[in-house]
Amino acid sequence: MEKNINITLKVWRQNGAKAKGRFETYKVDNVSTGSSFLEMLDMLNEQLINENKEPVAFDHDCREGICGMCSLYINGRPHGPDDDVTTCQLHMRKFKDGQTITIEPWRSAAFPVIHDLIVDRRAFDKIIAAGGYVSVNTGGVPDANAIAIPKPDADEAMDSASCIGCGACVAACKNGSAMLFVSAKVSQLALLPQGRVEGARRAKAMVAKMDELGFGNCTNTGACEVECPKNISLSNIARLNREFLYAKLQD
Amino acid sequence: MSKLNARIPEGPLAQKWTNYKDHQKLVNPSNKRKLDVIIVGTGLAGASAAASLGEMGFNVKNFTIQDSPRRAHSIAAQGGINAAKNYPNDGDSVFRLFYDTIKGGDYRAREANVHRLAEVSNLIIDQCVAQGVPFAREYGGLLDNRSFGGAQVSRTFYAKGQTGQQLLLGAYQALMRQVNLGTVTMHTRTELVDIVIVDGKARGIIARDLVTGELQRHFGHAVVLATGGYGNTFFLSTNAMGSNGSAAIKAYHKGAMFANPCMAQIHPTCIPVHGENQSKLTLMSESLRNDGRIWVPKKKEDAEAIRNGKLKPTQIAEENRDYYLERRYPAFGNLVPRDVASRAAKERCDAGFGVGATGLAVYLDFKSSIERLGQKTIEARYGNLFQMYEKIVDENPYETPMMIYPAIHYTMGGIWVDYELQTTIPGLFAAGEANFSDHGANRLGASALMQGLADGYFVLPYTIQNYLADDIAVKRMTTNEPEFTEAEKAVKTRFEKLMNIKGNRSVDSLHKELGLVMWDFVGMGRNKEGLQNAIDKIAAIKKEFWSNVRIPGNTTGMNIELEKASRLADFIEIGDLMARDALNRDESCGGHFREEYQTPEGEALRQDDKFAYVSCWEFKGNDVTPELHKEALVYESVKMVQRNYK
Ligand SMILES: Cc1cc2nc3c(=O)[nH]c(=O)nc-3n(C[C@H](O)[C@H](O)[C@H](O)COP(=O)(O)OP(=O)(O)OC[C@H]3O[C@@H](n4cnc5c(N)ncnc54)[C@H](O)[C@@H]3O)c2cc1C
Ligand code: SF4
Ligand code: FES
Repeated sequence: MEKNINITLKVWRQNGAKAKGRFETYKVDNVSTGSSFLEMLDMLNEQLINENKEPVAFDHDCREGICGMCSLYINGRPHGPDDDVTTCQLHMRKFKDGQTITIEPWRSAAFPVIHDLIVDRRAFDKIIAAGGYVSVNTGGVPDANAIAIPKPDADEAMDSASCIGCGACVAACKNGSAMLFVSAKVSQLALLPQGRVEGARRAKAMVAKMDELGFGNCTNTGACEVECPKNISLSNIARLNREFLYAKLQD
Repeated sequence: MSKLNARIPEGPLAQKWTNYKDHQKLVNPSNKRKLDVIIVGTGLAGASAAASLGEMGFNVKNFTIQDSPRRAHSIAAQGGINAAKNYPNDGDSVFRLFYDTIKGGDYRAREANVHRLAEVSNLIIDQCVAQGVPFAREYGGLLDNRSFGGAQVSRTFYAKGQTGQQLLLGAYQALMRQVNLGTVTMHTRTELVDIVIVDGKARGIIARDLVTGELQRHFGHAVVLATGGYGNTFFLSTNAMGSNGSAAIKAYHKGAMFANPCMAQIHPTCIPVHGENQSKLTLMSESLRNDGRIWVPKKKEDAEAIRNGKLKPTQIAEENRDYYLERRYPAFGNLVPRDVASRAAKERCDAGFGVGATGLAVYLDFKSSIERLGQKTIEARYGNLFQMYEKIVDENPYETPMMIYPAIHYTMGGIWVDYELQTTIPGLFAAGEANFSDHGANRLGASALMQGLADGYFVLPYTIQNYLADDIAVKRMTTNEPEFTEAEKAVKTRFEKLMNIKGNRSVDSLHKELGLVMWDFVGMGRNKEGLQNAIDKIAAIKKEFWSNVRIPGNTTGMNIELEKASRLADFIEIGDLMARDALNRDESCGGHFREEYQTPEGEALRQDDKFAYVSCWEFKGNDVTPELHKEALVYESVKMVQRNYK
């Protein structure tokens, strides 16, 4: 059954990219355990506005785990203490009455903080721009059923394609590596005949861009897979490594 | 002369689009580079348009309020996208898709547009597959289809329960490819705050950088609004938190007409409201109605015992369950269109048969499907939706039926456009959910994704050229022209005005108040008295907003409350338009249900002799009653009949 709890929050506040940040402590009372984590933050903000203070800025949009916009580091874990969910899907029933909850932005060199809990993740877009697509223009393509694709391949491609680009993998990684994100896209497209054609070029271009943008190297710690809300598997990284090696051999 | 000219091409219905394309004006490649096109929005409509126009060689400037184009609200669409491929060989055709859409929309959509939509639907699927969209497949390796409401064929393509995500990522990737090639410039976290008109034509926008608060001027030979729907007028909706109607209101203020504002869709299968601090509602895809059966207890005392926690749904015997959709609509059963399913749920709950703690819920039960097909199959079809449900409600839908209730989901109304998707302002186009679209008074499931991508990939790239072809001699403006300066000044004044109110009410508290008025009076059941009441209440909220809203911080730097306040001011205006339009429309049609107009069985009763038109509202000034214009709907290829899903 749902009940109400009182909690203490330690929240990272930072007034702009260049400002120095600090933790502020707030109390929020009477939070229903049926509320989502972000609804609890809405309550905090309502409280702050009533006190004529500036509310805490955090990224969110769909609030159902699909847009990848929410991005909080809660009690030392990206997307908080529940498994296989994004921050917006986290519910207060995962917390206890009287608990202190620490909330920080993603911490990674490639994702600078913009304001409070909001970071700049445009580096991910740049990686996709470097090659995360099939090079076709609109129109003049064959009939959708012209190429049969084995169901297991299509299903596996779909699993890789479920990445929501949230960046939790980067935030979880001690090296700040984006390998899980990059490998998910490389795998999805490599598994499909449409994407196969450019496979080598894509893998090389995306990895080069990732390195250029200041993401760290992958040392196979596996932290990314644990924290990924969409269960993107490490096997994608293995596939990327194969693709990459193959591309290098072709050079 | 009427200000409305739909510019429907000559010829028989099935040849209109071909005729149009054969005779439209084109822009040659060297001139394309000299033409700037502003596209606001990176959802399915915006991203597909920006990518396609970029590929063609236009110089595209693309804007979004999210931090990445990939996060537009389209990403959340779950169930699927329609096309008339007839792969399952169950009798589908372009005409049938066209006909179902017109009928589903309760005969309030424009024939020519809908036919074009059905025609290009197949191209969309081809395009997406070529991009690597991982649609679901059968064991033979070919594409799989499922059924959606309002159709008796299987024509819905899907990618698990994440179809919108996969389609948007396909469009996003095509878009990022153009960004890489330099044909598209991307402006993220940047919000359109006004449209600039020069000599009667849309020539640019004023935008606000949401990180720095800085106002920017952007020139475009043409401007496309692909800014989505205004369902968030209701505060609680299935739309993303950032979805808003502000671009539509800016266009309306500058002279574009707002069409059918009252046509909003209430989706039957959403997770019910849990409490006061609820911030949004989560949709459970319509596709679930393929395998889930909707019911409430037959006996009031059972319903009451469930509400008090004394009985569990699984304890109600089969003979004591009322599968009311199957009972009332044997032909379509659980797959009746959304408006019909929503009203039927409300009817049962109002009659005292509702379940859940609030009594505002009905069951969606998978027991028989799990018995028939096995849990594995159900999991493969809907696994992510079941997981989503469990995380929110803390109940396992494999074991106990889901609870659902209707919620506002989609807006059929929007900016009026002609056949070319051009508004009444030359050079200003609207695409996707932002325009008043092809769905009439009710949209069928899986047709919004189809329309968004049709507009962006296969319609606008043609029709916008027809406009731009006359513009090749127009030089890029410097944005120092007085029209830009004035527009920017007006925006600045408005933001300062908002900041200076310094009242006592948070934006959200006012928005919730508006939402309740909308839900109570402009929701599923509307009547004359209630609507008049709503107009007064909305006026009072407007007054309260402009005298008592509190926005901490200032206009420079990031200010989320200011963004929200600015959008709420526009939602209040939309709420008023919705109520007015609903009051004017003395009939029931599709999602617009006026209690005074129903058949003895409680079905929507249209008044075709009086209301077979699109209501188009023209802005006449702040606090001045808008003027109504009518675009008559002429049906040449289908006969208007009462919808029957029995
Ligand atoms: C939960 C859910 C599930 C759905 N499932 C389905 C389904 O299965 N099948 C189906 O056919 N339809 C479905 N729909 C409907 C469908 O998703 C939408 O109608 C469609 O995606 C709208 O696309 P769009 O491109 O028009 O707008 P959106 O995707 O809403 O994009 C709007 C864009 O405009 C930008 N924007 C808005 N205002 C401004 C501004 N002022 N300045 C700058 N940028 C701005 C936003 O940043 C965004 O990029 C669903 C809807 C919901 C809510
Ligand atoms: S791989 Fe997982 S954690 Fe990383 S961006 Fe994608 S969804 Fe997020
Ligand atoms: S807000 Fe969209 S994933 Fe959390």
